[in-house]
Amino acid sequence: MNPDVLFDFDVDRENSTITVRREFAAKRQLVWDCHTQRDLLDRWFAPKPLTARTKHMDFREGGHWHFAMVTPDGQSYWSRLDYVRITPIDGYDAIDSFSDETGAANPAMPQARWSVAFTEGAPRRTLVVTNVRYGSPSDVEKVIAMGMKDGLTSTMQRLDELLAALDSSAARP
Amino acid sequence: MANNQLALDAVFHALSDPTRRAVLQRLGRGPATVSELAEPFSMALPSFMRHVGVLEDSGLIRSRKVGRIRTCMLERRKLAAAERWFSEQRAMWASRYDNLDGLLAQMSGDDDLEP
Repeated sequence: MNPDVLFDFDVDRENSTITVRREFAAKRQLVWDCHTQRDLLDRWFAPKPLTARTKHMDFREGGHWHFAMVTPDGQSYWSRLDYVRITPIDGYDAIDSFSDETGAANPAMPQARWSVAFTEGAPRRTLVVTNVRYGSPSDVEKVIAMGMKDGLTSTMQRLDELLAALDSSAARP
Repeated sequence: MANNQLALDAVFHALSDPTRRAVLQRLGRGPATVSELAEPFSMALPSFMRHVGVLEDSGLIRSRKVGRIRTCMLERRKLAAAERWFSEQRAMWASRYDNLDGLLAQMSGDDDLEP
């Protein structure tokens, strides 16, 4: 990653909100396309070493994206993003749900409201602000507990040195 | 209960400082008194106590005072659950956006061929 490029990750616990700000060296239309077209989404949306696989995409208000993030050993983590409001190419709002292979949203798990905004401050400099808002702090706790349990956590594991040190020292009696 | 809520932004703030990270690492080996914790640092005690206060407010540690001696200990559960999940979320977004940089670079290259 270009170290000059802006990347901010903020947690607002009181409002159960995560805000991610990231700048891209590309035109806004291109960045928008990458967020809204299934073939393009599949090429970047899953973090390494996972890959994204779209099963259904209907990018319009009332439509939804149903996709999996697949681990190298073939385990799939399904999500569903229901598009609530779309304003090309300024932004969109969507509801993010835990899902399964059928595409049904898991009613036992909290949903998050995504608001994604695209602005081009300078030519070929597009800022994307993604706001992920849960209903309450207890929703966030539920999602954390789920993340611990479902194994995505261990696949993704990138613990910083501090946690590694704490874990190894605590393992000693 | 406020006590059960994860003070996640406070956790991030607490972990942002090298002195506080060192204190956490020391407490990972077991409880310690404030003077034991302060000993490796060439820092006035009031300054050091401010760091301890930040760690306590974040819920990462708790302390108990017996007579004139304050002993601190780690709240490992909170540290593990909150910090782990948020650092993973951060890592996930960082990684997917790195992928997107690569994709955009390819596509912008194609785009430049047009007048």
